[in-house]
Amino acid sequence: MTARVLKTEEYRITDEPYYAAQGEEIVLFEAAYQNRLPVLLKGPTGCGKTRFMEHMAWRLKRPLITVSCHDDLTASDLVGRYLITAGETVWVDGPMARAVRAGAILYLDEIVEARKDTTVVIHPLADDRRVLPMEKTGELLEASPEFCLAISYNPGYQSVLKDLKQSTRQRFVALEFNYPKPELEQKIIERESGINATVAAKLVKFAGMTRNLKGQGLDEGASTRLLVHAGKLIAAGITPQSACRGAIAEALTDDSEMLAAVNELSASLF
Amino acid sequence: MLRWSDAIAKTNAEMAYQFTFHVPQALRQLDLASVEDWVVHAMDLFDKMGLYPACAVFRNIAGFADEVRDKLNGMALEDIAHVLELFVRGLSGRALKLDVGDEPYTDTETLFLPARVARLDDREQNFRLYKAMAAHQWAQTRYGTFRVSLTEALAGYADPHRAQRLFQTLETIRLDARLAHDLTGLHREMTALRAALGEQLYPAAWEAKITRLRSRQADVRDTLALLTELYDQELPPPVCYQGTLHPEDVEATMSARLAREHFELHVALQQMLGEQEGKAAESSENLAERFSLTREENDSELGGEFSMTINLDGQPIAPPEHVRQLMDSILQDLGEIPDEYLHAAGDGGYRRAGEEKPDEDSWKASYQDEGALLYNEWDFRRQHYRKHWCVLRESDVPPSDEPFVARTRQKYAGLIHQLRKSFEALRGEEKLLKKQVNGDNVDFDALVEAWADMHTGREMSDRLFTKHHKHDRNIAVMFMVDMSGSTKGWINEAERESLVMLCEALEVLGDRYAIYGFSGMTRKRCELYRIKRFDEPYGEEVEKRIAGIQPKDYTRMGVTIRHLTKLLNEIEARTKLLITLSDGKPDDYDGYRGDYGIEDTRQALIEAHRCGIHPFCITIDSEARDYLPHLYGAVNWTLVEDVKKLPLKVSDIYRRLTA
Repeated sequence: MTARVLKTEEYRITDEPYYAAQGEEIVLFEAAYQNRLPVLLKGPTGCGKTRFMEHMAWRLKRPLITVSCHDDLTASDLVGRYLITAGETVWVDGPMARAVRAGAILYLDEIVEARKDTTVVIHPLADDRRVLPMEKTGELLEASPEFCLAISYNPGYQSVLKDLKQSTRQRFVALEFNYPKPELEQKIIERESGINATVAAKLVKFAGMTRNLKGQGLDEGASTRLLVHAGKLIAAGITPQSACRGAIAEALTDDSEMLAAVNELSASLF
Repeated sequence: MLRWSDAIAKTNAEMAYQFTFHVPQALRQLDLASVEDWVVHAMDLFDKMGLYPACAVFRNIAGFADEVRDKLNGMALEDIAHVLELFVRGLSGRALKLDVGDEPYTDTETLFLPARVARLDDREQNFRLYKAMAAHQWAQTRYGTFRVSLTEALAGYADPHRAQRLFQTLETIRLDARLAHDLTGLHREMTALRAALGEQLYPAAWEAKITRLRSRQADVRDTLALLTELYDQELPPPVCYQGTLHPEDVEATMSARLAREHFELHVALQQMLGEQEGKAAESSENLAERFSLTREENDSELGGEFSMTINLDGQPIAPPEHVRQLMDSILQDLGEIPDEYLHAAGDGGYRRAGEEKPDEDSWKASYQDEGALLYNEWDFRRQHYRKHWCVLRESDVPPSDEPFVARTRQKYAGLIHQLRKSFEALRGEEKLLKKQVNGDNVDFDALVEAWADMHTGREMSDRLFTKHHKHDRNIAVMFMVDMSGSTKGWINEAERESLVMLCEALEVLGDRYAIYGFSGMTRKRCELYRIKRFDEPYGEEVEKRIAGIQPKDYTRMGVTIRHLTKLLNEIEARTKLLITLSDGKPDDYDGYRGDYGIEDTRQALIEAHRCGIHPFCITIDSEARDYLPHLYGAVNWTLVEDVKKLPLKVSDIYRRLTA
C-alpha cells in the first residue's frame, strides 16, 4: 500500500461528507460564497466545523486547503518563502498563495492559535480587495471569484490572549456552531458509528451530563466527535463503559476526581 | 511517646496527663501508626471542641480501635464528597450541595449524607452505597417527590409518622422504576447493593398493587393514592439507601427558592423583552400580554418528559442559557411553569436574599458564613497541621478619595521617568536570531558560508535559517503588603508610595501582577484586602484603593501565604513570584508569635515553593537578619534600612530580581 500523493490544491472531495445541518448554515455559507464574503465559523471543539467545511467544499466543488494554525505559524508559512535548489533560490508558494492561485477554499482552523502578526496577513484577502500581497516577490495575487476564505475559532477559551481581534473578526460573516440538538446528535452518532438508536441515545444523554459539569472542573463537555469515537468503539465490541472511559472521560480530563465522577456517570447509564 | 507527651503538655496539661495515663493500654491495642493517629485525632478534637471530648478519645481506646478497623473498610464522606458532588451535578444541571447529616435526606438544595459509611465489607462497596444514597435523593428532587405538599398529604392519617415511612417505601419503588428506565447501570448497582445486604424492597403480596407505580406516567400522587390503600399493611424495613424524609425542611427551602426564581424569571423576561426591543422595558404589567408559555410533550428518550417554550408575541424565542436553567429548575419543582410566573412577583417585588449584604460587624462576628475560607496551620510542636484552623476572608480595600497617587507621582516625577526607562530596557523585545536549524527565512549569510564550505569539501552546517524570537517575560507577581498596626505612620506612607512606583514600573514592563494587603486579629479573623487582582487593570479604582490602605491589626502570615499561593496557582505563568513587604516578624494576638509564628510561616513558604512559586521578602525590620534567612533562605530577602528609601528601592529590587 502506498499513500496517494497530491498537491494540496488538487485535492478534491468526491464523496459527499456526511453533514446534518443544525440550522441555516449551509444556505448562509452558500450565499456568502456567491457574494465573495469570507466566513468565520465559531463553536466549541468537535461540534462539526471542519466536517461542515468538507461538506461545503464538496457541495461547491472546490478544492479545500486546510491549515491548522499553531503558535509558531508565521506569515511566510502561509504566503510562501524562498528555498534553495541546485544553487538557486526558488520561490515556493505557501498554502495561502496556492489557494488563491487555484481558486480554492482556504480554511484556517483555530485561527486564534496563530501568532498575532500572522492573522494580519489575511486582512487584504478578507475584505473587498481580495488580494494577497506577496512582499518578498513584489507581486500581488488577485483572487478569482471562486476563491473563498474561511476561518474557525473557539470562543470557549476564555483567555485574553486567545481572543480574535476586532479588526479581524469584523471582516467575516460569522456562523455559530454548537452541539446539535439531542435528537439530531443521536442521529449523527448512529450514522457515523453504526450503533443502534438506544446506545446512541444513551451516549447523547451521557454527553449532556458531562456538559452539565462544564465550569465545575471540566473546560468543555463531551463533543459530538468524542461521542462518535465512543460509538465506534462500542460498535467494535468494546463494552460501553470502557468505551466511554477511553474515548470520552480520559479525553476530557486528567483530574482523578473528575475522572471518577465521569466514570460513575457512564456506569450509571449503561 | 515522651516527645508526644511533651508536645501535648505545651497545649494542655490535663490532656498530657490523660495521654500518659492511657498510652500503655493504647500501645497494646493499636500499632504504632494508629497510636499516632489516635493522638492527632484527640488533638484535633481538642482544637475544635475543647478538653472534654478530647479526653474522652484518650479514654475510649477500644472505640478508637474499632474505628481504625472501620476505617480500613469504611468510606468517609470527606474523601469522596467531591466526586459525588460532580456526579450529582452531572446527573442534572441544578447544583446540589453535599453536607454531613445524621441520616441521608435532602431539603432539595443540599444532600445530607452520613459522615462515614461502613455497612459493607469493602471500600468499593461502601462507595457504591454512598452513590446510591446520593442518587436516590437526587431522584427525589428530579422525579418530583416534593411536587405535592407532603406535610398536608400525610397530616390526615392517624399516625402521620407511620404514614410517612410507608409513603417513603412506596415512593422508593416508584423512583427505582424511573431510575431503572433512565439510568440502567445505576439501578443495577442499587439492586446489587440490596441483594448484598439481603434486603427486600417490599412484601411479595404487594406485587400486583404496585405495578401502577412502575409506569413512566406515575407521579407522586399515585404513590399517595396507593398509600391510602396499603395503609393498614405491615411496614417493610427501610432500604439501605432510602434515608429519611424531612418534608418541613423541603417545603421551607422550596418556597424560598420558588419565590426567588419567580422573581428572577420575571427579571430575566423583562431583560429579554428589553433586548428584543432594543430598550429597557418600561413596566412589568405588559409581560403577561407579550409572553406566553407552551408546553411540549417530549416522548423521546432524551431530556425530560416535556419542556416549556417561551413565546414572545406568539413567536417562540430561544431563551439564554441562564433563563433556560431557571425554567428547568422551576419545572423540576412544580412540574410546570404556571402562568402567574409571568406576572410580577408580589407587591413591590421580591428582594433576593443573596443580595442583602451583611454589614461589616456581623461578618466579623461569625465565621461560618459564606466567603470565609478555612486554612490549616502548622504547629511545629506537634509536627502536624491544625486542620481548618484559620478563617480567612477577602474584601476590597475601601477606596479613598485622597489624591494620594497623583501626589506621589508628582513627588517622584523625575524618578518615575528614570524607572520607566530602566524598565523599558527589560521589556521583551523581538529579536532576529541568525543561524538557526529552522526558522522563518533563509539566512543568506549563513548559506553563502555553507555553500563555500561544501565546495571546499568541508562539512556543511545545517544552521541556515533566521528566526524571529520574541523574548517573553511571562512573569506573574503577587505583592503581599503588611497592613498591621505597626505600619502606622511613616511606614504605611512609604508602603503606599512604593506601590505607586511599582505599578508605574510594572505597567511599562507588562508583567502580570496583583497586590493584596493582609492583617487580622486571631485565627478566626484573618483578613485579606484586595488592592489589585491579576485580571484588573491599573486604573482609578486601584489608585483609590492604594490610597485607602490603612494600618489595621496583627500579622498572621502563614494563612495569607497559603491563600495567595492558591491564587497564584490559578495563574498560568512561567515564573511566579510572591513578594512580601513587611515590617517585622509574624505576630498575632492568640499566641501566633515567636517560634510558632515563624515556623508556620516557614511551612507556608515551603508549601508555596513546592508549587513552583518563588517567595521573596522586602523588609524594614532591622532585626530581620535573625529570622528572615530561616524563613526565606539566605538570599531571598532584602533589608531596606531607611524607610524613606523604600519607594525608591522596591522597584529597583524587583528589577534586579526579574532581570
